[in-house]
Amino acid sequence: MKISREDVVRVAELAHLGLTPEEIDSYRAQLDGILTYIDKLNELDLTNVEPMAQVLYTPASPSATDSHPELRDDTLRPCDVGDAVLSRAPDAVKPFFRVPRVIDR
Amino acid sequence: MSAGTPWTIASVRAALQTKKISARELAAEFFGRIDKRNSELNAYLTLSPERANAQADRIDAAVARGETLPPLAGVPMAIKDVISTRGVRTTCASKMLEDYVPPYDATAVDRLERAGAVFLGKTNCDEFAMGGSNENSAYGPVRNPVALDRVPGGSSGGSAAAVAAGLAVAALGTDTGGSIRQPGSFCGIPGLMPTYGRVSRYGLVAFASSLDKIGPFATNVSDAAAVLSVIAGHDENDSTSAAVPVPDYIGETEKSVQGLRIGVPEDYFGAGLDPEIKDKIQSGIALLEKLGCRRVPLQMPHTDYAIAAYYIIATAEASSNLARYDGVRYGLRVPGATLTEMYRQTRERGFGPEVKRRIMLGTYALSAGYYDAYYLRAQSVRALIARDFADAFKKVDAIVTPTSPIPPFRLGEKALDPLQMYLADIYTVTGSLAGVPGISVPCGTTKEGLPVGLQVFAPHFKESCVLQVARALEKAGGSAI
Repeated sequence: MKISREDVVRVAELAHLGLTPEEIDSYRAQLDGILTYIDKLNELDLTNVEPMAQVLYTPASPSATDSHPELRDDTLRPCDVGDAVLSRAPDAVKPFFRVPRVIDR
Repeated sequence: MSAGTPWTIASVRAALQTKKISARELAAEFFGRIDKRNSELNAYLTLSPERANAQADRIDAAVARGETLPPLAGVPMAIKDVISTRGVRTTCASKMLEDYVPPYDATAVDRLERAGAVFLGKTNCDEFAMGGSNENSAYGPVRNPVALDRVPGGSSGGSAAAVAAGLAVAALGTDTGGSIRQPGSFCGIPGLMPTYGRVSRYGLVAFASSLDKIGPFATNVSDAAAVLSVIAGHDENDSTSAAVPVPDYIGETEKSVQGLRIGVPEDYFGAGLDPEIKDKIQSGIALLEKLGCRRVPLQMPHTDYAIAAYYIIATAEASSNLARYDGVRYGLRVPGATLTEMYRQTRERGFGPEVKRRIMLGTYALSAGYYDAYYLRAQSVRALIARDFADAFKKVDAIVTPTSPIPPFRLGEKALDPLQMYLADIYTVTGSLAGVPGISVPCGTTKEGLPVGLQVFAPHFKESCVLQVARALEKAGGSAI
């Protein structure tokens, strides 16, 4: 068994996901099957393989030393979207989003 | 336009220029078709007649003034509902965003509008683009217009179904692990995944940021090229969009394939491939050879590890990206006595089962003690898969494979077994991980009349090449092989 019921409960807590007891059981079984399949990755010898951190600028590619023309200058630009953004919030009191009590966790 | 002949970008243009129809009338014709078919297909979640009419009126005014029309003038289009549209509800097929109306347009949407397109509405998909059958939508599945008891594929199932059913001339989809190519294959139309970074993702609701791409569906390859021409190119609002020049895709698409070296990786033709699909793809390759392509056998030895790597990387990124749905800034909020309780209840109620499953898997893979064993390992395997592609492209110009190992399946047939559903992504996730462009183009049908798709990959930023091969197959009668 790759993953226990307690693992599922712990992960759900990390992810801030409320789960019913039935969901905990079904996710445990499904995740167990998926993780068992993913064990396939252990068949490969990965010594000397650099993990791929960039899709297009891999360390092996010649463009690694090129500058990144995609990056713009870090200049301030007006960004007057406060009203539009707050108008979509479930509960806002300009200029804040209002949330329930934070302490007492 | 006679019944049965689909509208194309070129025929729309010709009809507008010769004043056979106005953009407004054309939009009305499409809304009429949607009205008739959508209750059955469920391809559209939201229609945007106000915006469509305003766009159409601008085109009609340009026609009246005798102006040169922009490239997509009056073309009725559909937009996948994970792509932001100003003033038009964008749900991601999730209860979490049921009432969310974006304050801005995605760059791809903005470019289409500037090019004259008319937006009919937003299309159904798997929730947050997670799925391969469109059965994970919070608003019900889409039916495949070719065979109504079958799924249209996913996650961009609504966009594919809309175009295949004649409810849009072209559509935008998104592809993370196959979500444009596989529904294209299932619905019998071309679907193009551009290179990672070719099309700006500003305004695309993120699923897996190192894999997500926006791309077109159309009824023919030339139209897919025309849409790509409009949406491709650098955008300063997306630093992952590449500053690579955009070629003339429409012209490149028509180039002869004479002398092109096409690689056929034997790893894509092994166990698990439906024999009828195998036959069709072999016939497609034979047809390409007849057109002057040179067939080169290939080996891509890490293909078999792609699903395992993909489902770690994609879910890890998803668990992080979807952390933003917490009931604070937009979307659903379920009240709770404390902040944590509110988060938990909001996410419990707002997300559907597949999204929760992926958040759980991704959170697990990133959690303390498992990061090296899963995420880092998967990223190393991703490097090997990318190397398989780089090595292959030293020998060939393009790689040709089946798009899906199985034909479109029945609704409900695979819904209970998530792993079986994941395994069906085997031929598409490889190219997703490598970041290369890929297209699915119709390549005959099974005895039951179900569409088969042939997939073409090419090196980074060689969309021209995948379009060229796909167009050659299409022109030579590939869909009737």
